[in-house]
Amino acid sequence: MTIADQVTGSTIAGTAGAKPAGTKPRAAAPAITLPAIGERELRLDLFRGLALWLIFIDHLPTSLLTWFTIRNYGFSDATEIFIFISGYTAAFVYGRAMLESGVVIATARILRRVWQIYVAHVFLFTIFLAEISYVATRFENPLYTEEMGIMDFLKQPDITIVQALLLRFRPVNMDVLPLYIVLMLALPLILWSMKWRPDVTLGLSVVLYAVTWEYDLYFSAYPNGFWAFNPLAWQLLFVFGAWCALGGARRMSRILASPVTMWIAIAYLAAAFYVTLTWYVPQLSQFMPKRIEQWMYPIDKTDLDVLRFTHFLALAALTVRFLSRDWPGLKSRWLRPLILCGQHSLEIFCLGVFLAFAGHFILAEVSGGAAMHALISLSGVLIMWGVAWVISWYKRVADKSGAKTKNAVGNADLAGGG
Amino acid sequence: MKAKVLLSLILLCGGLAAPVARAGDAAPAASPPPAACELPSYLLTSESRLPKVAHAVKAGKPLDILVVGSRSTTIPSSESSSYPARMEANLKEKLPASEVVHVSVEIQSKKTAEEAASTFVKLMEAKTPTLVIWQTGTVDAIRSIDPDEFRSAVTDGVVALQKAGADVVLMNLQYSPRTETMISAQPFLDNMRVVAQEHDIPLFDRFAIMRQWNDQGQFDLFSPSRGPELAKQVHDCLGRALAQFVIDAAHLEPAQQQN
Repeated sequence: MTIADQVTGSTIAGTAGAKPAGTKPRAAAPAITLPAIGERELRLDLFRGLALWLIFIDHLPTSLLTWFTIRNYGFSDATEIFIFISGYTAAFVYGRAMLESGVVIATARILRRVWQIYVAHVFLFTIFLAEISYVATRFENPLYTEEMGIMDFLKQPDITIVQALLLRFRPVNMDVLPLYIVLMLALPLILWSMKWRPDVTLGLSVVLYAVTWEYDLYFSAYPNGFWAFNPLAWQLLFVFGAWCALGGARRMSRILASPVTMWIAIAYLAAAFYVTLTWYVPQLSQFMPKRIEQWMYPIDKTDLDVLRFTHFLALAALTVRFLSRDWPGLKSRWLRPLILCGQHSLEIFCLGVFLAFAGHFILAEVSGGAAMHALISLSGVLIMWGVAWVISWYKRVADKSGAKTKNAVGNADLAGGG
Repeated sequence: MKAKVLLSLILLCGGLAAPVARAGDAAPAASPPPAACELPSYLLTSESRLPKVAHAVKAGKPLDILVVGSRSTTIPSSESSSYPARMEANLKEKLPASEVVHVSVEIQSKKTAEEAASTFVKLMEAKTPTLVIWQTGTVDAIRSIDPDEFRSAVTDGVVALQKAGADVVLMNLQYSPRTETMISAQPFLDNMRVVAQEHDIPLFDRFAIMRQWNDQGQFDLFSPSRGPELAKQVHDCLGRALAQFVIDAAHLEPAQQQN
């Protein structure tokens, strides 16, 4: 058994009476507390699994299924869920490691995880190269001569591939892993600082976010432009997730339980839903005051717009309130596929990106049409589930045979993400 | 609980089955142009107006339209089937016979919005169109220009065109499903919508329109065909839609429209 299988996690926000017991820290009275070992927090897995499915569906061309993804009902989307939960679980696993084995060991383990994610990214890039090269040689529809200009980078592979290895050249849909790599690289620093003063760390994170907005800081990309997810802004969600995991959630529990919070969250979500509606039903936009529109738009995904962040907070607050951690449904067979996928997030994320590429490819080369589209979406989700199941099964078997020799260290999968 | 989940799964499957049936119905209509061009009316209307176009037509003055575009404005080797030419033909058909309509095209091949906008002052000195249809965004998306820079470039361009005394229509990117995994269109679509809103000018949503055609099965935009037929049909429909859009945004009299 690895620790991952025993890990609990406080609740996302700890309302449902997370046991406020700290682990036995070696250092005297650390500033952070970790929840007691007990049952695994299934809600985290559930929502991360959900985020993975939604990201997969959002990466496919638009179809009917796309209407089930949350980005159509408000400002934030699956990426927010994903980064938040990743911050939460990463802090949880490696925070424990830092308390138990010290900063150096924890840092080494985090770096190992970063390496895994990096390799996964390079692997996906190779697949992307294969796809784009194929399309470049086969597709000559005169309607799209201009769009084929995107293939120009194939003419200088020497530059492109090196830039890709430096994470500066990132094709569409390959933005999340580089963001995650940078956030994980910062994790030792974040955890070390959290160990000292969690609230100050969160405060610094907010300051960095504000400075990023004020001075328009960004990571540059190749051939030009910038990272589609600015790590300097998105770190806020990641650090906030870490802060929640290391005791912040518990301290917020009273705020989260108050009906005022609930109504504010509901009102905000309703307003966001209405705004989103105006994007799809343009007739509605005449009921939108022009001044609000001008203040609100554009809702910036790159720099994690405040509207998106608060939308995520509202969603999370309601989720924590209405979905208790001992809800029996979490153990039901029906949610099992989602939870399984959430438990192996790095693998399933990469698989999802690959399946989205493959799905595009089939739609383009074999046949388009709604039937094919639906089939691809459904089989993609089924494949993700199947693979997650196989990984779980393998881990169980491997753990059983390796239990005597292996030291039970935290499982990177829990901290995974991707 | 289980029953609820089951129910939602059933609904999901039902929902998935529906578009299959729809796609089947639409397929036979794909060949003759007019049926294939069909669009829901919200894609062809705008809240913003084209006062100068309206004035020119009412006063019986010639309607001079300039299309500033890029390579996707044309079809290689068949200029007369491209959407500006089709729009001209359609406008002539729909407006009173006495109305003189002239459409010229300015191709800014491989230029970003910023590069194109920098030519506008000179361009507008040389020509004095009543209406400029500025189609942009593709090159910026391919080069993944900073969306904020893109937005200010489009803003500058629009202001320059308006200062020179023309009505402006913005036209966004093509819907290109084959390159969807490679070109990120969304930030550019969003920013063009913002600029259009801020300056109260009509936005011809080429992206949504072409996607509608593809989703409804009127055109298969995934098709790898090398011949120009598909491009010609799509441009014909775009030209029709654009003519309709301009007439609607200029609030030209229904009597004139019916001709």
